[in-house]
Amino acid sequence: MDAQNLDLAYLALAAILFAIGGVGLLIRRNPLVMIMCVELMLNAVNLTFVTFGKMLNDITGQVIVFFVLVVAAAEVVVGLGLVVAMSRRRPGADADDLRLLRG
Amino acid sequence: MTVEAFVFGVCAVVVLVGGLGVVMSRNPVHSALSLVATLFGIAVLFLNLDAQLLAAVQVIVYTGAIVVLILFVMMLLGVDKDDDLETEPLVGQRVLAVLVGLIMVGAVLAVIIIGGHNAVTGARSVTGQLAGGYDNVYELGRQLFTTYVFPLEVTAGLLTIAVVGAVVLSRRPKDVQPIPEPESMIDQGDEPLTLTHEEGAH
Repeated sequence: MDAQNLDLAYLALAAILFAIGGVGLLIRRNPLVMIMCVELMLNAVNLTFVTFGKMLNDITGQVIVFFVLVVAAAEVVVGLGLVVAMSRRRPGADADDLRLLRG
Repeated sequence: MTVEAFVFGVCAVVVLVGGLGVVMSRNPVHSALSLVATLFGIAVLFLNLDAQLLAAVQVIVYTGAIVVLILFVMMLLGVDKDDDLETEPLVGQRVLAVLVGLIMVGAVLAVIIIGGHNAVTGARSVTGQLAGGYDNVYELGRQLFTTYVFPLEVTAGLLTIAVVGAVVLSRRPKDVQPIPEPESMIDQGDEPLTLTHEEGAH
């Protein structure tokens, strides 16, 4: 496998990982597992960005991944805050129980 | 087979097995540990792609902070009991979800296979070369503080907002009233989406 085909293999791996995360987000109902599936999807995109950066010989791919890492950290903080607030009101609730925006 | 291809093969297996483990584990703690395997595999892939700084940041931020935070919340809330994966609340939801996933993979793979090396278009080396004589950390830092200095400042604001939001969300309110169970959708005239055991019997 030469170097260029290896780059394409990276893209294929990232696509499969993105789909795994997306399917997990659709079928799982535990909010914590859903957050983890979002992390999987973000990481797949990160891998794609770094591969693009390598294919185009440009540092910007890695810069964008840096920003994605920051956004992912902020997203996890807010998401876990929501999960904590939710389980305090109604312990053991899953995503299907959250039909009301109230309170 | 080159060293890069060998490392890629090993890490691809680790990443995919970890990803499937996140989705298919009954226990959320096992999902979190599978997530560690996936993130670590991706960090090694970053090293393989000559992104040394990102590999270090990936291990420190993701496996060191984010997954530990998720595990901490899990233990704090005591939600480490097994999920019920047998029942399917919406009929056909899983089949449709897998179908959507296959379509996503198929679309991207079609682009890669048909396009080949021309699938990635765009000008080369616009902002800075990957190996422009400097090492990865130097080049990344230089771009962050020159070309991308405004986005960098905006992320500082984003992190501040996230911290304030987390504090507001997890603040214990003075009068905690447990929310009553929402009215059953069946009482409102909706047909149930799943067959109950009684209905399935006859």
